[in-house]
Amino acid sequence: MSVDPSLVGRAFAPTAPYTVAEERVREFAATLGHPYDGGAAPATFPIVLAFEAMNAFLAEVGVELSRIVHGEQRFTYERPVVPGDVLTAGLTVSSLRQIGGNDIIGTTSEVTDASGALVCATSATLVHRGTAGTTGDYA
Amino acid sequence: MSAALAVGDVLETRRYPVTRADLVRYAGASGDQNPIHWSDRVATAVGLPGVIAHGMVTLALAARAVAEWTDGAEVVELGAKFTNPVLVPDDDTGALVEVGAVVKKVEDGRATLALEVTCGGQKVLGAPKAVVRVDG
Repeated sequence: MSVDPSLVGRAFAPTAPYTVAEERVREFAATLGHPYDGGAAPATFPIVLAFEAMNAFLAEVGVELSRIVHGEQRFTYERPVVPGDVLTAGLTVSSLRQIGGNDIIGTTSEVTDASGALVCATSATLVHRGTAGTTGDYA
Repeated sequence: MSAALAVGDVLETRRYPVTRADLVRYAGASGDQNPIHWSDRVATAVGLPGVIAHGMVTLALAARAVAEWTDGAEVVELGAKFTNPVLVPDDDTGALVEVGAVVKKVEDGRATLALEVTCGGQKVLGAPKAVVRVDG
């Protein structure tokens, strides 16, 4: 199946508020061997929020996660994430094209704190692998 | 900052092993439980050569190198394309991800690092880049 082109420009409902716990940040950092002193989270930690937003989006449009590979991810930060932050992520579909039987889905997610201030904006390219099982260039 | 970054500086390559166990732990810690990162059966069924590391593990290791080089400088930008998969064999050694960098620009209190991230001698990230805050 391919993804509905009318999704471009659509903003999905923000994720439920997520309270950043120091223990969760420490666990995330430990899996990567990333130094962690209890303060600012590793730079990629906001993916936890962005991934939840992506999962909700995929479920809503009926795409299986196992058919998704990650093509690109970019973050721009207003400030680091710290324990105690209460964050939500809102995802918008920014682009959609088809290459070699795969859907290339562009998304942007804004991670905001309890006051509504932007903490980080992140863009992702998701490659939805077609059922033809082509071996794409993406990891 | 332990040391000032200057344009042209080549930062010491960091080497990080990634095993299947690391991927399972990352899946739990990040919420990304896509089975292509732990099940050979599912990975091959969707046309991949085998279990691959989460792209975000590779990018996170690049961020780890940046944190180690800069003594935890605040990151203001980070990104890459995932151009080649990091295949992680089901053994005790796993894959070895290598992260190097050159300082491309230092201005307005920010340093731009052009990264190079490889596995088995092959680039796995496309145009990986980090921008960090620096003193002065």
